[in-house]
Parts: sequence; C-alpha cells; structure tokens
Amino acid sequence: MNKINKIHSRFVPLQEENVDTDQIIPARFLKATTRDGFGKNLFRDWRYNNDNELDPKPDFILNNASYTGEILVAGKNFGCGSSREHAAWAIKDYGFTVVVSSFFADIFKNNALNNGLLPITVSESFLASIFGLGKEATLSVCLEDQTIAIDAKGAIETFEINAYKKTCLLNGYDDIDYLLSNKAAIENFEKNRK
Amino acid sequence: MGKTLFEKIWDTHIVQEVTDGPSVLYIDKHFIHEVTSPQAFKGIEDRGISIFRPDQIVATADHNVPTLNQHLPITDALSRFQVDTLIDNCKKHGIELYGLGHEHQGIVHVIGPELGVTQPGMTIVCGDSHTSTHGAFGTIAFGIGTSEVEMVFASQCLLQTKPKLMRINIEGTLGKGVVSKDIILYIIAKISASGATGYFVEYAGSAIRTLSMEARMTICNMSIEMGARGGLIAPDQTTFDYMKGRTFAPSGAAWDAKLAYWQTLYSDVDAAFDLELNIDAADIEPMITYGTNPGLGIGITKNVPTAADMQDEGEQKNLEKALQYMGLTAGQSLIGMPVQHVFIGSCTNSRIEDLRLVASLVKGKTKNPDVQVMIVPGSQKVAKQVIHEGLDLIFKEAGFEIRQAGCSACLGMNEDKVPAGEYCVSTSNRNFEGRQGAGARTLLASPLTAAAAALTGVVTDVRTLL
Ligand code: SF4
Repeated sequence: MNKINKIHSRFVPLQEENVDTDQIIPARFLKATTRDGFGKNLFRDWRYNNDNELDPKPDFILNNASYTGEILVAGKNFGCGSSREHAAWAIKDYGFTVVVSSFFADIFKNNALNNGLLPITVSESFLASIFGLGKEATLSVCLEDQTIAIDAKGAIETFEINAYKKTCLLNGYDDIDYLLSNKAAIENFEKNRK
Repeated sequence: MGKTLFEKIWDTHIVQEVTDGPSVLYIDKHFIHEVTSPQAFKGIEDRGISIFRPDQIVATADHNVPTLNQHLPITDALSRFQVDTLIDNCKKHGIELYGLGHEHQGIVHVIGPELGVTQPGMTIVCGDSHTSTHGAFGTIAFGIGTSEVEMVFASQCLLQTKPKLMRINIEGTLGKGVVSKDIILYIIAKISASGATGYFVEYAGSAIRTLSMEARMTICNMSIEMGARGGLIAPDQTTFDYMKGRTFAPSGAAWDAKLAYWQTLYSDVDAAFDLELNIDAADIEPMITYGTNPGLGIGITKNVPTAADMQDEGEQKNLEKALQYMGLTAGQSLIGMPVQHVFIGSCTNSRIEDLRLVASLVKGKTKNPDVQVMIVPGSQKVAKQVIHEGLDLIFKEAGFEIRQAGCSACLGMNEDKVPAGEYCVSTSNRNFEGRQGAGARTLLASPLTAAAAALTGVVTDVRTLL
C-alpha cells in the first residue's frame, strides 16, 4: 500500500450531506473483478446526463475544471450505505488521497483506511470555513502531527486517528501483514476454544 | 458489573488485544458472494498464501444474478464473468458454494439463517452491509469491505475496535396493520440515517419478544441504515424453536450442549449501555419513506415535512434535494399518490413469513392494472415453500409476477430495475437516488403496505383494507 504523510494541495468541495456509496459508485459498475478503473465512474449519475460521458452536468463540481487537487471535501455522514469498497477505490483511482468531512460512516472509513485513502474528520465550523474558501485556496495535511490547515488563513485543526492505523498509513503496512504475523496466536485460540 | 449480550460474545472471540489499537477478533462464519469477493481472492493469490479456514466460509451468488431463466447462461457478459469467477474461486480454494441452480441458493442473509448456518453466539461477517440481519439470532454480525474479506481469508480474524453499545427498548403492543418493518423504519426516522454510527444496537423489550425470527431479522437487517455497525437480539425460545432441525443446526447431544450455551446469551440486568432509547410500540403506525435515505420516513397518515420542521440549514437543503429527486412537495400527504411498481423482496422482506403476510391481504383480489408487481423470494427454499403452500396461486390470481431467488430490484445491478422517474413501493432497505435503477423513485414500506399499494395502485393506509 502507498505511504501517506504530508499532503499540500488544492481541494474539491462537494457540498452535500449524506453522500451514500450508491452515489459514489452506482451498483451497475460493480461487475468488475479487479480493483482498477473505478475512477471514471466516480459519482457517475451526478456527473453525466443520461449516463452519457459526452454530456456532463455542468453544475457538478467534478465537471468544473477550476477545482482540482487530491483532497475531496464533503458534507457530513459521507460514505453511508452499502459496504462496497469500490467506493473507496473509485475515489482513490480518481486521484484523491484525502477525504475531509465532519462525519464519516463506519464501513466507508475502514475501507478508506485499508486502501491508503485518509479520511479526516473535522469540526462543523472548520468544514464550513473550508467551504467558504476560494478556488485557489490550499490545504495542508500532516498525518504525523494529525493536523489539517487552511494555508491562507493560518487556521489549523488536529484530527483523531487510531494509533495503529496511523502507523499502517505512515509505513504503507496493511492489516493482513499484522494478522499473518499472529498466525500462531490464532491457531492457539482455536485449539483452546470449547 | 454485568455484561451485555454483545460483550459476552465479543469477549470470547478476542484472540489478542493490540496496544493502542484494535483487537484481533476471531470470526466463526464468513459468507461471501460474487460482487465483493473477487478482488479479495486475487489479493490472497498475489500474496502467495492460501485461505486459512475454507470450511468456515459459505458462498452464494445473489446480487448479480437474473431472476428469470436461471437455468440458462447469464446473458450479460460482465455479470456472467463475475459469477463464473466466484465458481472458479470456490473450486480452487475448496469453499462450499450454493450457486445458481443449487437448492440452497438465495440472498446470503436469507440462506444463512434458514439453513441453520447462523447460530447464536457466533461472530459472522460478509462483504455486505446487511450482514447485520444475522444479529437476530444473538450473533455479532456485521458487514465488511473487500480488504477485510481478504483479511478473513488470510487469518479468519479481523482487527476491530470495540464499538459503543446502544439498547433500544420497544415496549407494548403493535397496532393493527403494523409489522416489524414499521418498527425499524420508525426508529430510523426518529434517530436519522446516521443516528447510530459507531454503535452496535441491541433491540429489546416486550414488543421484540413477541416477534417471530423472520420479523426480528427485518429489524436487525436495517440497523446499518441508521449507521450502526450491527444490531442484535438476545436468543430465546422463539430462536431455539426456529433453529431446531435446520440443515446445519446441531442435533442430539451437540444440540443440548449448544442450547445450554445459547441460554446464557442475554444482557445481564446490571449491564451498562452507552445509550438507551425507549419506544412505545403503540406510537408506531404503518411507515413509508418520502426521501432519498431511509431516515426520511413518516407514518402513513402524516404529511411530508416542510423546511420549518428541519433542524438546520443543512437539513433543509437535504430535504429540498430529496423532494426534488422524488418529485414530491413539502407538506403533502402521500396517501392516494399513484405508483407504477411494487417490489416485494430483498434480504429485508423476502422470507416465507413476509410472503404469507402479502398473500393474506391479496387472497382472492387482483392488483390495480396500472401497477407492475414483482415478488422475488429470498431463496430457492422460500420459492419452493411458496408453491408448497399454494401462495403462488394467490399471487398469480392477483396478477403478481413471481421471480426466482436473488437480490433483484433491490440494488439496480442485475436486470431488474425501476425506470427513471417512476415510483416503486418497495419492501427493500434503501431508497437512495438511483438505488433501484438510475432515476428510480423508491418508497420504502412493509410487505403489507406494499401489497396494499399493489391492490389499489396508489399509496394506501393498509389499515383501511383490513
Ligand atoms: S437484497 Fe439488497 S440489501 Fe440485501 S444483500 Fe441483496 S442487494 Fe444487498
């Protein structure tokens, strides 16, 4: 897995609450058997009219070329609904490394963390100030220090992350490496169960 | 201090505590299906490791299968390839597969319980958020992502942080025409689509105790729709009676031993919850949703809320957006509104009891000619039972179309979809934009309310037909 630490980037503001994984990647695109290529169908039905790639909806933020960057900023309860990890893959494949919201659905958060996509939970007020920024504004994230800053304003907020997950992201480890190193303990546990 | 039901199960499944991190949680049963497993199999192969406990995995094909002509090859090439990939992977890794054509095939959350694979006190996972369904038996059951499927393949374990615990007590007697789907839609409307995020929910109280296992499954199924990781109900005589004699349930001396253990699975009187909620069953009326998340629901006689009912600007904006998508107006009543489709199926409401309920209402009647009605049994076994009990005749006479087992129009992935702009009263669990097909407008409701709409062609308070 990719390592994450410092990210300095512009951002894409998606001012919607309760963005569910059916919007992030509609079910009809889940027929793939690999993890690649989901980015082109990210927010498919919000992005295009009549499912036509030649007919983008001009109002949708991903179709507005003046917004760019590897940070997606969204309203609260991001990633609710289905457990499909394809949602995290689509966001990552599109080119985002960080998703910022004031609240994440549980399974999405885990899926993101398991794929080197950093979910950052900020306060409602911090989120509002990001949404209030201009197109050229940049954010700075430091995973090591667990901080996210609005560069122009000097505003900074710390975020929570599970210490174990932080180590994984900083070093590019995943849970399987950890679990495999504990095979003996797992076999022991199985033996001792009634 | 006493322990909660959740803690009793959790504590006996912890292999190891990780300092400052999640615990290593042992998984008893792992269900897989065609959509969220291929990348996990690939991951295992890329790492050059084998599946640790293949005999603790049960596979089925459900999401991406047609519900007509299942004996024929799947016509959609991508779908066929995905289902074939599952067949290959199961063969290669020695995993039991109940694929198309198998007598045990069906929606993963319907077959686990009906086969007796799901048993009290277990930890159960599946790459599907409605794994919470199995909690009805007093299990810790939750949905996982594909990376986690791969973890369980590799080690039969997951790294998990203990969730907070909530108990929802539903006391009293349900009114006429009110069923378990209404209970859970009522709860979600009350606490919102994110109201239980971070929690595992135990459902308790006298109203829950009187429910059948099927009805309990409907409630646990939708726990995820309020953000909860899972929901569970303490097993009792109803549970044990349901379990007895199931294909994979223990028998003889093994049954007695298991039963003795199962009877210890309840929350002690002095157990502590992080949050408790009390609900009076008498307050619940038949429910229906008007919006684009399952929390946007109302009692059938109530009006769609207006901006003034919303707590903040964000909620107002959400309401406006949802109503625009749904083609509805703030403050309107839904009763009498024409619908074009009725979908009775999905892991929420496709069990035999659900179909009996529908049959009891439509027996001897015919559907409104302007509505298309689809009944999709949750499993081959349910489909067989429908015929055995003669319910198929009632449905055919009513003009309902009966399909073969699968997820069907619940998720707009297979061929069964609702056309853009049209309304569907659906017994499934999600009314997200495009969930039942791009542009489709879903109104979630109970099997009774869905059947009522099928008969009248409009949103109907089922109590007026009883
Ligand atoms: S019936 Fe619907 S909710 Fe249930 S497992 Fe299938 S797709 Fe998911």
